[in-house]
Amino acid sequence: MLLSPQDMQAVWLSIKVATTATLVTAPFGFGIAYFFSFARMPGKYLLECLVNLPLVLPPVVVGYLLLLFFGQSGFAGPLLKFFDLRIIFTLTGAVIASAVVGFPLLVRAIRIGMDNIDIHYIQAARTLGAGRLDTLLTIILPLSGRAILAGMTLMFARSLGEFGATIILAGNIPGVTQTIPLAIYDYANTPDGDRMAMSLCLVSIALSFAVLLASEALARSFRKGSADAP
Amino acid sequence: MLLEVSAEKRFGNFLLDAEFALDCKRCGIFGPSGSGKSTLVHMLAGLLKPDRGKISIAGTPVFDAARGINIPPEKRRVGLVFQHSHLFPNMSVQANLYYGWRRTRKSDRKIGPGALTTALNLDHLLKRDVNSLSGGERRRVAVGRTLLACPRLILLDEPLTGLDAELKSQIMPYLKKVFTEFDVPMLFISHSLQEMRLMTDEVLIPENGCCRKRMSTEELARSSMTSVPRSYVNLLTLRRPQAHNDIWIYSWGDEKLRLIEPGEPGDNLFELGASDITLFKRHPEATSARNILPCKVVEIFGSGGRVGVELEGGGGRLVSQIVHESVRELDIQNGSELFAVIKASAFRKIC
Repeated sequence: MLLSPQDMQAVWLSIKVATTATLVTAPFGFGIAYFFSFARMPGKYLLECLVNLPLVLPPVVVGYLLLLFFGQSGFAGPLLKFFDLRIIFTLTGAVIASAVVGFPLLVRAIRIGMDNIDIHYIQAARTLGAGRLDTLLTIILPLSGRAILAGMTLMFARSLGEFGATIILAGNIPGVTQTIPLAIYDYANTPDGDRMAMSLCLVSIALSFAVLLASEALARSFRKGSADAP
Repeated sequence: MLLEVSAEKRFGNFLLDAEFALDCKRCGIFGPSGSGKSTLVHMLAGLLKPDRGKISIAGTPVFDAARGINIPPEKRRVGLVFQHSHLFPNMSVQANLYYGWRRTRKSDRKIGPGALTTALNLDHLLKRDVNSLSGGERRRVAVGRTLLACPRLILLDEPLTGLDAELKSQIMPYLKKVFTEFDVPMLFISHSLQEMRLMTDEVLIPENGCCRKRMSTEELARSSMTSVPRSYVNLLTLRRPQAHNDIWIYSWGDEKLRLIEPGEPGDNLFELGASDITLFKRHPEATSARNILPCKVVEIFGSGGRVGVELEGGGGRLVSQIVHESVRELDIQNGSELFAVIKASAFRKIC
């Protein structure tokens, strides 16, 4: 067996964090992308910059800001304490760190897809009696299918590789918050850890490859749905 | 009154100023691109909010700036057929057709889906993916989809643009048929005079954003005689073609016309250029032209090099275009009896 039980746990945690972060943020990503794509309001670009900020900030900075925010004396500290919730050094913290860092990629991909929807489809639906929400669910959502999938793939992949923000907010606790990148980091700092680091790297490659394959296969089945009319 | 509009919309330097009332079921908006046709259509459908004024359809206000009324497009019941169909690519033909129908109140469902799909010859296409349809099929589905939403008014925004003459001639009969059969008032937008004459009785002519000028389609066709290089075109419905040697004999009212083009057993619509009709004072005994129709002058209009002479014959009315000099020399007046001579090859089949 190439992997130790601890490594298996890291692989499992990575998948768990990436899946949770992707599934939880997807509806919000869709909502924000819809807002950016269709809403007309002053100051929208400022909001867009804010959402995109984690994309350009060093992940460590994002992690540190999250640590300040969720810390005991932070903005959300008293609220968390009231509900007896812990974010720091927990798996939830790892999910939040991944979600925040990957969110701009998700929104960006969905938004590009939505911007490409011909406005006439939406106008046609409206004149045929569909309200805004109805149009959103029956026209915009299906026609953004591929973009949503692309965004989720990006988000999932980004979460698998998340390191900087996670190590600050969730720490590097084997079996609790140690994901693949954190475990590799540990092995790299351990004498004779090369072989173990290498096997985790291979797992990482296999996992990423599987994600890309699955997303391509799904995109093919969606292709029919969002093909542009001639 | 079907449609009453008194509204304004400004885009930068362009001002659309619409002030008209229409009460005819087959109306058109005729004008070149950039004249404000699309802006007007979007305002009527509720997709664009006018800056001021009011719009009412069948007596119900759908927009009134002063009273703060602006009914959203989904509640206006104004159908819109787009220039490029824009069928939903994520749905089958059937799902496209029923999209509006499912969202229409039961009490408003005046058109039966079965009768409509049969009339548009779509029954065999229902299960198909819209992306596999031909250009003509797509337009038929688009018209069907809009009609099935049972709107109070249908706007057809250049529905035949981009189709070649043959496809147009295939679709036109369907359009004429469904709008007659299902009796839905329409506003047909086009820059083709031929389409206007086939589909409408009255037209609104926007000019540089000003939508006030109105006239009957026939008047428009006659007025264009002096302004466009092409002459007035007669539209004739001919029936029951019968082969006779190498030509076809059609019935046109009580008259028989000899044509070189074959046709269908039912109605056949033909074009005949007004300048292809030669007028003779007496019967030209020997001529190569195959049609010699005795007729009477009903009206003379136009002036200068292009004078229209409206004739009444056994089959109906025809307009011949001649020059003023001929009018003088032949002493053509209202009531004059003449012979209209037409070559068998002068007719062109439309549909």
